[in-house]
Amino acid sequence: MDHEITNTCERGITSRSNAVIKVEGLYKSFGRNNAILKGVDLTVQKGENLVVLGKSGSGKSVTIKCMVGLVIPDEGTIELFDTDIGSLDDDALNRIRVKVGFLFQNAALYDSMTVKENLEFPLRRQFKTLTVKEVETAIADVLESVGLAEAVNKMPSELSGGMRKRIGLARTLILKPEIILYDEPTTGLDTITSREISELILEVQKKYSTTSVIITHDMACAKLTGDRLVILRNGVIAAEGSYEDLEKSGDGWVRSFFI
Amino acid sequence: MIVTLKSNFNDAGNLSAFTGRFFKQLLRPPFEIKEFLRQCYYVGNKSFPLVAVTGFIMGLVLTIQSRPTLAQFGAESWLPGMVTLSLVREITPVITALICAGKIASGIGAELGSMKVTEQIDAMEVSGINPFKYLVVTRILATTLMIPLLVVFADVIGVAGGFVGINIHGDVNLVRYFSQVIESLAFVDIFPATIKTFFFGFFIGMIGCYKGFTAANGTESVGKAANSAVVVASLSIFVIDMLAVQITDLFY
Repeated sequence: MDHEITNTCERGITSRSNAVIKVEGLYKSFGRNNAILKGVDLTVQKGENLVVLGKSGSGKSVTIKCMVGLVIPDEGTIELFDTDIGSLDDDALNRIRVKVGFLFQNAALYDSMTVKENLEFPLRRQFKTLTVKEVETAIADVLESVGLAEAVNKMPSELSGGMRKRIGLARTLILKPEIILYDEPTTGLDTITSREISELILEVQKKYSTTSVIITHDMACAKLTGDRLVILRNGVIAAEGSYEDLEKSGDGWVRSFFI
Repeated sequence: MIVTLKSNFNDAGNLSAFTGRFFKQLLRPPFEIKEFLRQCYYVGNKSFPLVAVTGFIMGLVLTIQSRPTLAQFGAESWLPGMVTLSLVREITPVITALICAGKIASGIGAELGSMKVTEQIDAMEVSGINPFKYLVVTRILATTLMIPLLVVFADVIGVAGGFVGINIHGDVNLVRYFSQVIESLAFVDIFPATIKTFFFGFFIGMIGCYKGFTAANGTESVGKAANSAVVVASLSIFVIDMLAVQITDLFY
């Protein structure tokens, strides 16, 4: 079933039958005359990797922050797993959030905690009945998945930029999310590390069967990871399609992203 | 002028809403006992050396400075009682609270401000953890409970400092000194002074958390959060002290 969906997405057809994220008419302004989103409509299918492109300040990060309730939209609806998150109370929203991982641009590791404590912290709070052995197994498993098993006792300040992103991803994975939102996962990294992170996104998707929304400026990452790309312009989605389709777009502005 | 006033009123309104949110979250599970105890350790234990040194110096200096005046009236024997009353009723609570405003409110403001700027608070929220409960409620409770304890410690150490101060120019027996100290203290001296320290602690934690939790994006705002936490907390200590003295005066 997932295989069929991926193929469908690769062909650029957006059936809404198996959508896990539905965004309709999303508006958001910060202060007067500073509208960032002006009616974003977006659907993400189960198992799909959607890449969101756009110039700085075009509202990419605001869009995914709206998806997890970190930013409250002025208008519009966001449905995760067919549930309108705008209608949920705090407890219900938190239950949905556990199913949605979020990798922040700078990983947002808790800098007063070791890597192990960073991973243990959300796990202990969401799954209170886990034994010490089960927690340690889960930590070892996710660290193995991101290739950083040896970093378990390190502090975030001892990690490089790439390692921090990997640990950030491990912290996201430990709650076994069904959707992962990546906010510029390769920003600030060298070309080789960026590629490693992009490959890791694909590995994670395969191993954990996740759906991903990836905000990026890195076209190599977009090409490698994206089943489908959307481009935000002036607060709306200006273009949508596969990497290859958009690369050959008749719109010079869209093509300028691929130069 | 109008803009500044508007901004101050906005801040006061937001702080009130923040306080309301604290009371709303206070009794709702889950209770972050471990984090609360950790904060008590940081607020209490880590501030103790600073408060102890300050308390000792306050007792010592107050005794040395008061001695000549009392000697002019031949009332040197009143020195232990006078120093103790000054320390317990006013000087130790206010000075300890001001030191804590400088150390703790700024520390909380900077820590939470930095967590906000580096999206660590957002990271908690998207993991389904209530950051207000984990970060704010625990810190405010810790300051509310630990600052009165620090004040009591500072009182005792201040009185000990007074003993050293008296013995620089005289020879007063330890037992006699402390019996005079205890004789001079009444319920009315200790109770209101202790009650107001709970308010000092509450406001130090509340203002530190508010400034940090609502810091704007950017590293500059971390410094601003820490700075304004100290300024507003210090000012609030004086205002609370003034109100506490007025209220105490009505009843006793």
